[in-house]
Amino acid sequence: MYSPTVLAHLDQPRNAGAMEDAVSRGEATNPVCGDLLHLYLKIDAGRIVAASFQAQGCPPTIAAASVLTGMIEGLTPAQARNLAPADVTRALEYLPRNKEHCCVLAIDALRSALAAIPIEMV
Amino acid sequence: MRRVYLDNSASTRVDDEVVEAMLPYFTEQYGNASSTHQWGQHAKQAIEDARAQVARLLNAQPTEIVFLSGGTESDNLAIKGIAAAHCSRGRHIITSAFEHPAVLASCDQLEAQGFTLTRLPVYREGIVRLKDVRAALTDETILVTVMLANNEIGTIQPIAEIGALVAERRAAGQRHLHLHTDAVQAVGKIPVDVKQLGVDLLTFTAHKIHGPKGVGALYVRRGVRITSQMHGGRHERDRRAGTESVPLIAGIGKAAELARVHMDERAVHMRQLRDYLEAQIIERIPDVSRNGDAEQRVPGVANFNFDFVEGEGLQISLDLKGIAVSTGSACSSGSTEPSHVLLAIGLPRDSGHGSLRFSLSKDTTREEIDYVIETLPAIVEKLRKISPRTKKKTAEHAE
Repeated sequence: MYSPTVLAHLDQPRNAGAMEDAVSRGEATNPVCGDLLHLYLKIDAGRIVAASFQAQGCPPTIAAASVLTGMIEGLTPAQARNLAPADVTRALEYLPRNKEHCCVLAIDALRSALAAIPIEMV
Repeated sequence: MRRVYLDNSASTRVDDEVVEAMLPYFTEQYGNASSTHQWGQHAKQAIEDARAQVARLLNAQPTEIVFLSGGTESDNLAIKGIAAAHCSRGRHIITSAFEHPAVLASCDQLEAQGFTLTRLPVYREGIVRLKDVRAALTDETILVTVMLANNEIGTIQPIAEIGALVAERRAAGQRHLHLHTDAVQAVGKIPVDVKQLGVDLLTFTAHKIHGPKGVGALYVRRGVRITSQMHGGRHERDRRAGTESVPLIAGIGKAAELARVHMDERAVHMRQLRDYLEAQIIERIPDVSRNGDAEQRVPGVANFNFDFVEGEGLQISLDLKGIAVSTGSACSSGSTEPSHVLLAIGLPRDSGHGSLRFSLSKDTTREEIDYVIETLPAIVEKLRKISPRTKKKTAEHAE
């Protein structure tokens, strides 16, 4: 049902946990199933130098958040803003169609976090 | 990697003895049971032997057993068959909110055709209350269909009491009132006696009791009229057309016989291991609650909520460790809706409580349960660690 990449991220989530010294935090929730995602960013010299997440949700939600934290490291906020749900889905190999909304949730949380970056750090 | 199968409410391993009983009917006695030559007569005899075995398990007469393709077809035939045969006497049906989809969808279908439906509540304990049945019964009611044991939480419904209520009304003149029970999750786990229950129709299937998939039975009490939902030849006393699957029927017969002979020891075994599993989970994992009444339920089924985590994450993580269980949480089974059973017992719609069902069988061992007990706490902890709700809850506690 799930790709090996989804299973690997579920088994060993990357960058999981709250970030104490984050400069911004984003949040997204799926009102239908109640999945909840928090995304933390650390910015240095105009680039994302660290990201972490907290998630309560089904395996693709956890995997999408986990893989996304790796994808955005090193990007400028503007580059990160250009990522789309399909980029996350691709990074997870594939998802069942009815689970693709999990990647939308991840991108929503990212955009929420990007919007919360203090203006002087962008 | 170790493999532990605790999803026996979904399906069970076919017993070796059952496989052996089926084999001759694939390659040796392969005749059509409707044929009058000796190949056909051998096949017919096998079917009648199986009918007697199933009847004995249920304390029924062999002529009261109809073989068909499984639980779903059995539920469909019972509900639609009664509705079609008795709709001129009334068009009201009573069921419960947490029936198997085969029952619910059959009832929905009839509702769309103009029947009136009452869906009884099952409350937090997951048990239908007799007073609700009594209040729902009208002169128009032709069928009450309530499951004997629930498939997700295992709670046993008061069918014998409902049967007495139905008998009372029937004695008072409401001759077209019938009682059907889907006993798929009860047969082989608790004594199921159609006379003691007072049911007119009872559904059961082979693959939940170590028989093959694709075969089930409907008990139809002698004298109860149903309209066949499958038209063709005159098989099964005109109640289910279609050439009988002789190997599968031989399989359900053998599985029924073994379930009858070994029921007590199987039940004790499953109950002991289930109770051990439950006690250990509650002892080792905080913020866990059980679903469904603790006493009035079949052995072998345990259903838990794990706070702050989602069920499918738990289920898939256990699968990665070789353990098969099922979840009724939101997001599972390709839907974003939690199971209608969990909603019916009052659990919230969101994914705030991951639910898992562990269903044991006669083959489950203490070592397997120990492996689950060793594996599960770390998985729950890992998922809770990354859950933002865990932190919130801790903070609330601190306030």
